[in-house]
Amino acid sequence: MHATYWLIPLLPLLGAGLIGLLGRKLGKPTVAVLGVGVVALAFGLTLHAFLAAGSAPDHRIETLSFTWMSTGNLQVPMGLVFDPLSALMALVVTGIGALIHLYSVGYMWEDEGFARYFAYLNLFIFFMLCLVLGNSLPLLFVGWEGVGLCSYLLIGFYFETDYAPAAGLKAFLTNRVGDLGVLIGMMALFAHFGTLTIANLLRQVGHLSPEVGFGVLTFATLMLFVGACGKSAQIPLYIWLPDAMAGPTPVSALIHAATMVTAGIFMICRLAPLFQLAPITLTTIAWVGGITALFAATIGLVQRDIKKVLAYSTVSQLGYMFMGLGAGGFSAGFFHVFTHAWFKALLFLGAGSVILAMHHEQDLFRMGGLRSKLPITFWTMLLATLAIMGFPGFSGFFSKDEILYLAYLKHPALWIIGVLGACCTSFYMWRLMALTFWGEPRDHHAFEHAQESPWTMTLPLAVLAVGSVLVGYLGVPEAFGGHFAIGRFLEPSLTFGQAHAHAGHREGPAILLALVSTVLGLGFGLFGFLSYRSGLAVAEARGARFPLLHRILLNKYYVDEGIELCILGPTRALGRFLWQVGDVIIVDGIGVNLPAALTRLAGDLVSLFQTGRVRNYALGMVLGTLAILWIFFK
Amino acid sequence: MNCALVHGSLQGYILVALLLFVIGLATVLIRRSLLIQFMGIELMLNAANVALLAFARYRGGDVQGTVFYLFIIAVAACEAAVGLALVVALFRLRHTTDSDRADALRQ
Repeated sequence: MHATYWLIPLLPLLGAGLIGLLGRKLGKPTVAVLGVGVVALAFGLTLHAFLAAGSAPDHRIETLSFTWMSTGNLQVPMGLVFDPLSALMALVVTGIGALIHLYSVGYMWEDEGFARYFAYLNLFIFFMLCLVLGNSLPLLFVGWEGVGLCSYLLIGFYFETDYAPAAGLKAFLTNRVGDLGVLIGMMALFAHFGTLTIANLLRQVGHLSPEVGFGVLTFATLMLFVGACGKSAQIPLYIWLPDAMAGPTPVSALIHAATMVTAGIFMICRLAPLFQLAPITLTTIAWVGGITALFAATIGLVQRDIKKVLAYSTVSQLGYMFMGLGAGGFSAGFFHVFTHAWFKALLFLGAGSVILAMHHEQDLFRMGGLRSKLPITFWTMLLATLAIMGFPGFSGFFSKDEILYLAYLKHPALWIIGVLGACCTSFYMWRLMALTFWGEPRDHHAFEHAQESPWTMTLPLAVLAVGSVLVGYLGVPEAFGGHFAIGRFLEPSLTFGQAHAHAGHREGPAILLALVSTVLGLGFGLFGFLSYRSGLAVAEARGARFPLLHRILLNKYYVDEGIELCILGPTRALGRFLWQVGDVIIVDGIGVNLPAALTRLAGDLVSLFQTGRVRNYALGMVLGTLAILWIFFK
Repeated sequence: MNCALVHGSLQGYILVALLLFVIGLATVLIRRSLLIQFMGIELMLNAANVALLAFARYRGGDVQGTVFYLFIIAVAACEAAVGLALVVALFRLRHTTDSDRADALRQ
């Protein structure tokens, strides 16, 4: 039975291959059935593996097939691991992935690149499953790079535009910076432990003597965190994610909200025992996450593009997850990954539905009053908004509250940052909702033609909406009388049989903290809603009152410009110098053209002897013969 | 030793052969008419024949020399046939038999 689990990643690969090679011949309905079908099948198999792993000893199933690499003292077996962490993540990837595939059938139906789109999307699922289920760091890294590739391909999906390929390139290059960190981290771990198999690595960490391993672990985990920053869009490598919205909206939902961008958090959870022993790294993670959470949320306050708002919201939410990880709450961080996958995917899909209804209009300032036109989209997005702002009883409430509580235990300043970020979150989400669904329609022509999306799009919305409300109950924190069930469920993966990984003390005014953050969040949500419900007048007046602040936020703190000035500009100048001097003058000039010129000169001289007259040649032969005779018989 | 030549000495024959060869060579190098150059070539070939036969007789009627002489006669006949055909072809194309004007390889 375990051998069939190999089908989980291989089915989407098969789908990608078939659709990629035969896409145009198959026709749209076949492509749609095939593309959605393989992911749905993979979901079914994952569910089976998930249940089987739950009842297995150690809650862990490992399928090994063959030795992948064997050089010197490096042995890397090829295998899949199903433990609570990876199986749950694989369920998210295939489950939400299948829903978004279904949604894409409706969303992309009119597009020329329908088959190409599904080939990329299936390929993405394959690589993501490699990343999640891989039993070794190299396999994880293959998936890591593969999802980056698919992300690049899908961001640049509309390749005939100017901005989409540029955005894809930006994402790809920014991720390369992080990937270098992952590689260095992997090599550091291999140099010290002599293995790259995750299970062996975690087992050996337990026997590590503190004075020897501390430095190595801190260095390796920091490097891995750099990689996580790149993939999961944290300061300073977050800049690619907002631009990544150039891709089709379902891609933003699947890759740039629900699954791929959480790969960094997943990797840290996967290697949790390592990070647990590196307190410096954990503190760094907590602060980077916290600052990102607030920073991105403030940018989200003023964006006009509906997808840009959601993109900054994603960066901000990822910051929360890292803050949770850094505070030692690996299960809390991953819990937020899990809940966020539901409601953020839903928000993006809802936004896609709105965009489609408005004929590809993404500007919030040109929407309005769509509540009656798009009832299903409206109600599902409302639930998602309540979930993300942390309305009591919704999923985001439980996961975010647990993170904020842990942040408070780590450092009260982190909690304050987190609550401020949460206030911004409520504000920009209600601003988005009010501008989209309330008020007067600001673009009457588009409004007249707006209509609800087909069932392939609304069904995923409904399923995700149910999830957004309910999944929080998997991990009701102890402060609210729950058991934080998801934490116990994930514990075998996160501690890996090591006792010290469990944070012992849990004290603090949990209820009070939750009350403060929730009331503030609700207040700011109401503030945002009331400011924008009746139109743009209030907002414009406020923007005029703080022109400097407004301009800074609107221009995203000028980070892109700063990077352009400090890094890209000098790099480009260096490149131009190497091109003009190193390449044009030295390589092309001295290396290639100079020998060519000399050869040509010599040829011109020698060709004077080529008269074309047979008498001259005969004379040459005679002289040559005489010379040879003279040499031999002198 | 009855290997001495019947009439005259070996040196005389070699001298005649040498003279013939040099005259032929000079003809080829100096004259521009292809037909005359051809004659020069024939002279050189026959100079070689004279030398071969002289040596054959000198070595007491060595068959190898005689056979070589026959081969050269045959080859010279073939060469003359091909060469004259080329000269005719050139004349048709250029209306000349001047070898200095057949310098298309220069271009």
